[in-house]
Amino acid sequence: MKAKGLQRLGAGSAARSAALAAELADAAADRGLLDVAVATVESPVGDLLVAVTPRGLVRIAFVEENRDRVLGQLARWISPRILESARATEEVRRELDEYFASGRTVFDLALDRRLMQGMQRDVLSATGRIAYGSVATYGAIAKRIGRPAAARAVGRALGANPIPIVVPCHRVVGANGSLTGYGGGLDRKELLLRLEGALLDA
Amino acid sequence: MTPVPPFQDFLEQQRAMVLRFLVAAVGPLDADDCFQETFLAALRAYPTLRDGSRLDHWILRIASRKAIDHHRRATRAPRPVEAIPEPNEPPAVGVDHEPLWKAIGELPPRQRLAVVHRYVLDRSYADVAESMGGTEEAARSNVHQAMRKLREMIG
Repeated sequence: MKAKGLQRLGAGSAARSAALAAELADAAADRGLLDVAVATVESPVGDLLVAVTPRGLVRIAFVEENRDRVLGQLARWISPRILESARATEEVRRELDEYFASGRTVFDLALDRRLMQGMQRDVLSATGRIAYGSVATYGAIAKRIGRPAAARAVGRALGANPIPIVVPCHRVVGANGSLTGYGGGLDRKELLLRLEGALLDA
Repeated sequence: MTPVPPFQDFLEQQRAMVLRFLVAAVGPLDADDCFQETFLAALRAYPTLRDGSRLDHWILRIASRKAIDHHRRATRAPRPVEAIPEPNEPPAVGVDHEPLWKAIGELPPRQRLAVVHRYVLDRSYADVAESMGGTEEAARSNVHQAMRKLREMIG
């Protein structure tokens, strides 16, 4: 009996363990042990990392935002019990697909606002009321939250929106209608507004 | 202190090693269940972790407890056949190793676990002791007795 023979006993485990790991998220969710479910959604604005908690959608990240950084942020602010899960993210993935492919104009998703802070919550909830296909200016949002002089702070709060697209910060534009800034880049902002029919000319 | 990584990353880093350990420790038939039990227990305790270093040691302690629990249950309710690989297992754990599976299945659980830690995962006696509880001396003795019995059974 050589020790070498023993080393082969667990061989072939790597592939099998991947399948088992993929099943773990559902078992965890059924036992209330899944605090943050994540998945990747393909979209016309690139792959989106979506994160869902039992309270609702908590984060959407564009592909440039480093995945490790985003998961690290979720681990610190929400919980390190983060797993990839198709099932727990099903509703979010479906509504995003419908938004991009078949003209869904309203998201019926519960939101988890724990990554929004202070005045940003007010800014983003005012932003959430801008209808599909229309736009509002930074100044108008500032007025709506009762801080008419805070247009720049509104811009910063929007730039750090943890749930872009679903909280439609792309619908906030400059005073003269110019696109100005967007956390995900101006190309994406233009694409989203065009998709919604808010930009008519080329 | 090392930050505790997101569980998904921890799972990716440790899953192959843990399954490898469990397949050898409880047999391919029961390794899947023990794998889920091990990582669910880890998930339950995860928010209380303060230090993300040596998580391999942590998960192997949990896996060892699950393997021991499994053998206790198996003793109470013996199964007709233990630890014969399924036909679709890769060749490395196929027919050629059947005598070894039978032999290792006849070892007392703590000897089996000790020899798996030492030779399947190639860990030091200090690490074997840490994973299983008990002294390094006991770990060494368990491994030596296991190897002696395996030699007697399959040469």
